[in-house]
Amino acid sequence: MNSPADRAPNSTFVGMPTVPPRSPYGAGNLRGERAFPKAAHDELANEQLRRNLGRATHSIRAKRLAVTGELPDWEQLRDAGSAIKTDTMNRLPELLEQLERKVIEHGGTVHWARDGIEANEIVTRLVKGTGSDEVLKVKSMATQEIGLNEYLESQGITAYETDLAELIVQLAHDRPSHILVPAIHRNRDEIRDIFLQEIPGVDPGLDAVPAQLAAAARAYLREKFMTAKVAVSGANFGIAETGTLSVVESEGNGRMCLTVPETLITVMGIEKVLPRFQDLEVFLQLLPRSSTGERMNPYTSLWTGVTPGDGPQDFHLVLLDNGRTAALADAIGRAALNCIRCSACLNVCPVYERTGGHAYGSTYPGPIGAVLTPQLAGMHGAKDDPNSSLPYASSLCGACFDACPVKIDIPSLLVELRHQHTEQSGTTAEKLAMKAAATVMQRPKLFTAAQKAAGLGRLLAGRDGTISHLPPPFRGWSDSRDTPAPPRQSFRSWFASAEGAEAMRAAAAEGVRHPDDGIQETP
Amino acid sequence: MRVALFATCLGDTLFPEAVKSTAVLLARLGHDVVFPPQQTCCGQMHINTGYQREPTPLVQNFAEQFGDPSIEAVVMPSGSCAGSVRHQHEIVAARYGDAALQAGVATVKAKTYELSEFLVDVLDVTDVGAYFPHRVTYHPTCHSLRMLRVGEKPLRLLRAVECIDLVELPEADACCGFGGTFAVKNAETSSAMLRDKVRNITATGAEVCTAGDSSCLMHIGGGLSRLKAGTRTLHLAQILAATRTAPHPLVEALR
Ligand code: SF4
Repeated sequence: MNSPADRAPNSTFVGMPTVPPRSPYGAGNLRGERAFPKAAHDELANEQLRRNLGRATHSIRAKRLAVTGELPDWEQLRDAGSAIKTDTMNRLPELLEQLERKVIEHGGTVHWARDGIEANEIVTRLVKGTGSDEVLKVKSMATQEIGLNEYLESQGITAYETDLAELIVQLAHDRPSHILVPAIHRNRDEIRDIFLQEIPGVDPGLDAVPAQLAAAARAYLREKFMTAKVAVSGANFGIAETGTLSVVESEGNGRMCLTVPETLITVMGIEKVLPRFQDLEVFLQLLPRSSTGERMNPYTSLWTGVTPGDGPQDFHLVLLDNGRTAALADAIGRAALNCIRCSACLNVCPVYERTGGHAYGSTYPGPIGAVLTPQLAGMHGAKDDPNSSLPYASSLCGACFDACPVKIDIPSLLVELRHQHTEQSGTTAEKLAMKAAATVMQRPKLFTAAQKAAGLGRLLAGRDGTISHLPPPFRGWSDSRDTPAPPRQSFRSWFASAEGAEAMRAAAAEGVRHPDDGIQETP
Repeated sequence: MRVALFATCLGDTLFPEAVKSTAVLLARLGHDVVFPPQQTCCGQMHINTGYQREPTPLVQNFAEQFGDPSIEAVVMPSGSCAGSVRHQHEIVAARYGDAALQAGVATVKAKTYELSEFLVDVLDVTDVGAYFPHRVTYHPTCHSLRMLRVGEKPLRLLRAVECIDLVELPEADACCGFGGTFAVKNAETSSAMLRDKVRNITATGAEVCTAGDSSCLMHIGGGLSRLKAGTRTLHLAQILAATRTAPHPLVEALR
């Protein structure tokens, strides 16, 4: 690199590389419209939703614990998964180029999309090129993230979701509420009603029995599978070493989409690449056990480019950035990109369990979504950016970290993200209060004075010694919780008092007494 | 052993009984309990809310107050404060401190314990001679459970208490919904979590719900009180410090 002094007077100094772009505003489904507490307020009022969610998450949780507990090397598998992903992120550019080479070698075409807008345009161009105006969809987070279905529709192309839960959501004109179980917030009766209303020619006597509901969806989808020319999928993994793509699923709809149509377009987030074919060994154990609580998922499809006379004859891979290189450039984002979207963190999260996915406003809800969404789409420093509320949508209980198959320390990432947010957001009333509190607590004299002042809180208390109403911003707290009146004497003044000293002397003299053996020797 | 007690700002100000019990218990076990009077707060609330620059002086003060080499252990009746000292102070020190602070933080971290860890791991005692003839249920607080991994230690201590009727709490591992400023910023979600916790506690029929952290107990106790549930909250230290000769006032109150 030349130093500025070495440069010819008329040369242009390009400076440091620019910050990689975040996912653009207004495109796709990454960004919600309302701050988390507002959105959660509505969801919390829905009793049915909470029951559906509670039931579903509890049953998946129990299944997951059973199947992870039976593996003696589960912890080592988690370590291996974490190490492979960390290695992948550390040399992502090189692995992606290798993947590109291999896909092309095997007769596929590779497209690079900087963001959701570009990816949508690429897919649309490809679909239009086939002359078809409909596509089959395999459930995919990446296409959900970029709002592909909506964009295709605006271009006169109809997308049919084939995953049962995704189909339910699509027919209900709803949005997914969970990474893995998009219709987790719906129960059987609701699903029957949706089918009766939306599936043409469905049996009007349809019962809310799982087998009947599945059969109705199957009949509806079967015809699509046989006639559609184009399918769009996501990818769980892309193997750099061989150019192999993989989709892992439960119903076989994915298998149909990946094999029957003539053209297959796969949209893959660039973080989904894995270095070696052998790495699948680790992830095909981690993923199903963590996500559905199954030892193995029913269908694992692997394909490498095109094979003449077998499967799609035209294969396109769209590599999607959409904020990922920006995330990669940040320590928090880099750790979050290790996520394999198993949804274990959602299923154990007490916040998700109460509010459901819609409260997060993003394709990626739950604990990892609270990290990933602001990383991909930014928090934009502005106070009213809904993304800024996401890092706070956690009690930091840590259940997500324990559940994560690749050991992403989500609580610590949330704390770091909060720090990033407060550092960006300039001076706020909260920041001033935090500063004031720190100033007081940093000087023991002031702290003691503040304790005395807190004692005045007794004035707020009712006759039962509890405080039941507090002013804003603590009103939400006092809506459902009493607060004890501060005691007259702090610990420090008791300890410094004659009474405290006497109590400590007496305790030391007494030692530990057991009922049978009198006084125990003190250690 | 020369043990320095960290009262925690919340314990010192709002829940002095829990800290007194901790001090008395340690003295009864034969330790020289000191209380560095310049101590205030570990800064956990700041850090968890997203402020690391502001509490840097608190981290510094903590390291100074407890760095004295004559102090062999720093003990606190709070899993979350111990978690903050052990896992967060070094993050703050690395970002805003100098080499001296980083070294100070590392020294203090190595001798910091939450009460049940100190009793079981360091002192190797589980029976502290306590007497508590009540039906009790134990809530494992999230930070004790998942940040410190205290595991069964508090339960082993409780099982050794004379005459205690220890009953299992359904869904014990679930967060009570406190989470510091989470309970204010997301008060409604937090309340929904609290409701389930309180329901599970009252279902046990326990007279007392105990835990190793006054902050979680303040939250749970606040919910129990609002619902006029019969169960009350007591810090683990208060149960462990109650004996036949100096029984907890609850024994008298219920007589
Ligand atoms: S963060 Fe971990 S637990 Fe959550 S979805 Fe991603 S891989 Fe699964």
